[in-house]
Amino acid sequence: MKKFDAIDAASLRSDVPDFRAGDTLNVHVKVIEGTRSRVQVFKGVVIRRHGGGVGETFTVRKVSFGVGVERTFPVHTPVIDKIEVLTRGDVRRAKLYYLRDLRGKAAKIKEKRDAVPAKKA
Amino acid sequence: MTATTERSVKGLLGEKLGMTQVWDADNRLVPVTVVAVGPCVVTQVRNADADGYNAVQIGYGQIDPRKVTKPLTGHFEKAGVTPRRHLAELRTSDAGEYSLGQEITAEAFEAGQKVDVVGRTKGKGFAGVMKRHGFAGVSASHGAHRNHRKPGSIGGCATPGRVFKGMRMAGRMGGVRQTTQNLQIHAVDAEKGLLLIKGAVPGPAGAVVLVRTALKGA
Repeated sequence: MKKFDAIDAASLRSDVPDFRAGDTLNVHVKVIEGTRSRVQVFKGVVIRRHGGGVGETFTVRKVSFGVGVERTFPVHTPVIDKIEVLTRGDVRRAKLYYLRDLRGKAAKIKEKRDAVPAKKA
Repeated sequence: MTATTERSVKGLLGEKLGMTQVWDADNRLVPVTVVAVGPCVVTQVRNADADGYNAVQIGYGQIDPRKVTKPLTGHFEKAGVTPRRHLAELRTSDAGEYSLGQEITAEAFEAGQKVDVVGRTKGKGFAGVMKRHGFAGVSASHGAHRNHRKPGSIGGCATPGRVFKGMRMAGRMGGVRQTTQNLQIHAVDAEKGLLLIKGAVPGPAGAVVLVRTALKGA
């Protein structure tokens, strides 16, 4: 609790979906080229969520033409148009740095089976 | 001391609340320090005739009137205000435009303006030369023996036969008055009396700082 929570609250976004490390996201990023503005999609796996409050960031990793690319975004940045959660990953870590050392099929993350149907069975 | 050309200076005392970040109109991230300034009151106006220079003294912060010394009580009574905890003086050419007891708020500043912020830095305690003066220290390996963070030589031998005055050594660091110049005001919240100042200002959160018009720059 800080004395200026109201300032932070003004910057916070309410439209951020719930996601965690291991999830695959489509991050729609606003790109300004000269005077034109367009939306670019960055698709990849979340390998970390770091910090809290207005300064929280997350890092998305993808392999592009055989080269690993990581982009870190502030969760509440207005640069992001929207975030789509494609799949939920089944992972045991909060930080998936081990993915950097893995290639191909080994770097694939299992999709999380929903807990609710499992209980029914 | 030679008299410098006097300029119109605005200033306010306030409390540093801490740092956070905001996004500007171009979606760029701006690190800001939140300072709750004022309300300050004018406790004395100095003019060239009576005092030899033009200045305005401002007071800020609550204090139990019983804790104020009699001479200060009289000083505040003269200005017609309740006693304040902190006082500061601003040398300004337009001191005559201020009146005793006048209240100054955050509205004195506007967004985009450059300011200097005066405060007392965080105390670091007894610090070694590497932290205090940025010395390089001694090698981590190559046979270095228990002298990794030491200063090395502090002078000659029989000539001069002493250590020069002002030699930089270990000692108390921090807890001194510091002015950070040319900080930009990102935004002003006049309603709550908050200033968002781009960058860091001296001191811990909760410390009293003086925000005034920048001395240098346009």
